[in-house]
Amino acid sequence: MKPAPLTCHSPTTLDEAVRLLHDLGPEAKVIAGGQSLVPVLNMRLATPAHLVDITGLPGLDEIRVSAEAVEVGALVTHRRLEQDDAAHAALPLLRQALVNVAHPAIRNRGTTVGSLAHADPNGEMPMILALTGGSVTAASVRGERTITASELFVGPMETVLEPDEILVSARFGRFAEGTRTAFTELTRRSGDYALAGAALALQVSDGQLRTARMGFVSVTELPDALDLTELVAGRPASTSADIAEAVVERVTEHIAPESDIHATADYRRHLTGVLARRLLTELTADIPARGAA
Amino acid sequence: MTTRMFGQRIKRREDPRLVTGNGRYVDDLGTGALEAAFVRSPHAHARILDIDVSGALDVPGVVAVWTYEDLVGKLAEPLPMLLPHPAIEAPVTGHVLAKDEVNHVGEAIVMVIADDRYLAEDAASRIEVEYEFRDAVVGIEAARDGAALVHEEAPGNIAAHLVQEVGDAPGRIASAAHVLELDLDIERSASMPMEGKGVLARWNREDGSLRVHSSTQTSTGVRAALAARLDLPLNKVDVITPDVGGGFGVKINHPWPEELALGAAAKVLEREVKWTEDRREHFISSAHERQQLQRVRVGFDDDGRIAGLDVQFWHDNGAYLPYGVIVPLNTSTHILGPYDLPDYRVEYYSLYTNTVIVTPYRGAGRPQAAYLMERTMDAVADYLGRDRTEVRRRNFVREFPHPIGLTMQDGREGIYDSGDYDTSLDKLKALVGWDDFADYRREAEAAGRRVGLGIGCYVESTGAGPYEGGHIEIETTGRVNVATGLTSQGQAHQTVLAQIVADELGVPIEMVSVTTGDTRKMGYSVGTWGSRGAVMSGNAVHLTAKKVKQKALAVAGRSLEVDPADLEIVDGIVRVKGDPKAQMPLAMVSVLSNPLRYAFDDTARAATQFAGKQDETKPPIAESDKPGLEDSDFYSPVRSTFASGMHAAIVETDPETADIRILRYCVVHDCGPMINPMVVEGQVHGGVAQGVGGALYEKMAYDSSGQLLNASFMDFLMPFAAEVPEIETDHLETPSPLNPLGIKGAGEAGTIPVSAVIASAVEDAEGFPITRMPISPPELWELRRRHDAGEWPSLRRG
Repeated sequence: MKPAPLTCHSPTTLDEAVRLLHDLGPEAKVIAGGQSLVPVLNMRLATPAHLVDITGLPGLDEIRVSAEAVEVGALVTHRRLEQDDAAHAALPLLRQALVNVAHPAIRNRGTTVGSLAHADPNGEMPMILALTGGSVTAASVRGERTITASELFVGPMETVLEPDEILVSARFGRFAEGTRTAFTELTRRSGDYALAGAALALQVSDGQLRTARMGFVSVTELPDALDLTELVAGRPASTSADIAEAVVERVTEHIAPESDIHATADYRRHLTGVLARRLLTELTADIPARGAA
Repeated sequence: MTTRMFGQRIKRREDPRLVTGNGRYVDDLGTGALEAAFVRSPHAHARILDIDVSGALDVPGVVAVWTYEDLVGKLAEPLPMLLPHPAIEAPVTGHVLAKDEVNHVGEAIVMVIADDRYLAEDAASRIEVEYEFRDAVVGIEAARDGAALVHEEAPGNIAAHLVQEVGDAPGRIASAAHVLELDLDIERSASMPMEGKGVLARWNREDGSLRVHSSTQTSTGVRAALAARLDLPLNKVDVITPDVGGGFGVKINHPWPEELALGAAAKVLEREVKWTEDRREHFISSAHERQQLQRVRVGFDDDGRIAGLDVQFWHDNGAYLPYGVIVPLNTSTHILGPYDLPDYRVEYYSLYTNTVIVTPYRGAGRPQAAYLMERTMDAVADYLGRDRTEVRRRNFVREFPHPIGLTMQDGREGIYDSGDYDTSLDKLKALVGWDDFADYRREAEAAGRRVGLGIGCYVESTGAGPYEGGHIEIETTGRVNVATGLTSQGQAHQTVLAQIVADELGVPIEMVSVTTGDTRKMGYSVGTWGSRGAVMSGNAVHLTAKKVKQKALAVAGRSLEVDPADLEIVDGIVRVKGDPKAQMPLAMVSVLSNPLRYAFDDTARAATQFAGKQDETKPPIAESDKPGLEDSDFYSPVRSTFASGMHAAIVETDPETADIRILRYCVVHDCGPMINPMVVEGQVHGGVAQGVGGALYEKMAYDSSGQLLNASFMDFLMPFAAEVPEIETDHLETPSPLNPLGIKGAGEAGTIPVSAVIASAVEDAEGFPITRMPISPPELWELRRRHDAGEWPSLRRG
């Protein structure tokens, strides 16, 4: 459990970092928090000849809240984002999800943008990027480019990023006014990867459901979001129980869980349906029926 | 009068050092030592056709690369069969490095020694081994089937087969009013200490001696094995256990291949060599436990009195049998629990599989026994529609000593020495609120919640022999140095042994220091296992302290010119009872106990030849006496003492997700008089935590080819603190008549009944039988589906 020989580079500017990545080629990997990469290195499941440590780069540790989005720099840890009150006020879903990312010790070092680059469909934050209609910015010697969540993820732990690109920031889109969000997952132990998880963004106005988007953890091939608006639009919130069946049906059609040593695909499908129903109930329980006092 | 230390909740003296990161473990020692890495088999069953190490030899910093061919003399022989037993039909043990074949993933094939572990692993990764694959035998069914064999010399994969029988169980069952049959299944788990195995070996070229630091549970055992296998005089080998980060059984089997390999390498290379097991190695090459398939036939009357119990079980012992049949033997001899069952028959097969060896893990076969018996008791109660505690009570042992007619792991008959199971059950029912549970359940059900109540009882033979020793010397400063040979893996030896000695010698506990597991201090010892540390070494240091005290009183009596019988020791001062002015510090007694020629300091002057008047007719040291306030003694019990306990739990199962939560966990525990109740509770808490792991989370996920799919802490689900419920405890203190302190062992107690208790509670919540443990939410959900489809029975009580 010791990594194979490698050289660690510690650039001090972004230009230097992208130049290194360009020159070193595919044998180089970017490292920031290292919470996913270091175990892989120690088990020699990956043996890159070079690591480019970006933790010394200036300007990548900021959280910016705008009217449209919460923008998160590449060096912002899960824990910092989780505890950022402005980000929470702008997009409560971030904290709702982040408290489920592993344990505090891991969140203290792991970066949110790093988890997006890792693109694990069992991770919470890639799904959140998709659910918020977010995007990321990648830098290379060719300059910067913006990649939307739906373009970014192309397979389990697979993105469209080029080997010489660094993700410098992520942009989580804010929801329209009146949007309520909730996140839930079931893990075997606290902080484990979820057996299944789901988040719901439900727009409500005047006691009526308007739009709905749901994202999933551990039960889809790619981090993505399912638009449920056509099932809910125009329905009174108080009738959410009536539409739950249709939502669960759509959800179980959409997901593609797999069996592993922790749970069967059947169980995960069942569980996701339960979680979807619970999210819908949670986000509509306090809305009075039309005409009620 | 000094407060009696025995029974006090004093804080562990180990903790300030350990919790501030000042512990010193094997890997903290030997800075600059060479380091070893091992090439381990990636296949479960194969013949080794060729090993090409040439690629490794070019790696800079590589010092040695050893295969089986490099092992000389007795080092090349099979590893010892540590515990011979007549039940063993085909004893097969492995080698230090694999010879011709591998029988489980993780078996060591090549040792690489280099300047550091990184280089050693770099070199190891370049070694190529050519294999010819064999069919892997994985799981008890495959082993029992016997179509493929692990070892040619073990037909049917049978390592051992044993029948023990008292009375006439089959006959009594045949004539019983009711008969039930149960098939039960319990999975593999493992000890998983925080620190894995570790070895540091240093050869002293000048005097031809070997010093080995090991995280072993028996330093004397390792020392004897090293001397024998390396052909060294025993007095040229010492084994020391520094701080050890947990053992829980996995470090008792010995010698480890790595202990012998590193000892030999240090000698040949004349260098200090270290190996620190990493977690993946620990998963695939140390040891596991627990897996059994069990079949029960039980006959009983209308009141639930058991007429006869006939048990068969099949035990998976993994690829080799170095630790003999201790685990299945313990299962077979602990099934009776607190129950008086004069008609009992047990038969077991211990089977080879192409998986990691199975050696004791906290409980060592007893959790399986409690699981079998308690599942049976629940089934009987359910069948009769009676309360589960009532049926248990109907069968309790009430007279002691109670011989059970079975031969235990120490080769002696099991005789329950004392206990009070009725009171234990009363206490448990009160603690958990047994009789109020029906109301609680109704309220929960009204709120859409599903809850269940479970119970499990057990007895545990503890404090097995043959012996342990104590050595005590009182320095001329008054400091009391205590040594015992068994090792500590983080237990409270330095606290509880000091409590015992402080009481007997009448000294403040601050003056007492305790050394464990260092063959330089105490060469005779068995080891730390089987809930024996306190019973064995506790009584040994107690007996030793008595001897040293007698000597101190004799020396002081001569000096004070009083009858030693009129003396007492209080707060480190020897004084005449009733006349506190006639006194002398114990430190001075120590000075006087050692007649001196040379006064190396002012204190010593008191013991020199012209310091006082002497009886010139006698030698300075009497014929049967020895200089110094120093002595040793040994405690050797005639048989094991039986601790006991009863646990209850309330669980909640989610009606939709089948998630299982433990709402309450209650323990009533009887280990006799407690030396330190806080330490006992700590043992119980840790034990329950490991039990919860075995009941709800942990299993070894072997695939059919013998690959362990969850060999990391990401996928092997050891419970975190958040998964362990608050544990409510109550105690009963039934003294043992077998030892001077009247104490019984406590180390394994918390673990033993947990799978039984949780199965009982989940079953109670769900209304259908739980026969396979551990149980996860997906597995419970699957059982619900089968139950709903009519493929899985209901409990009679619904």
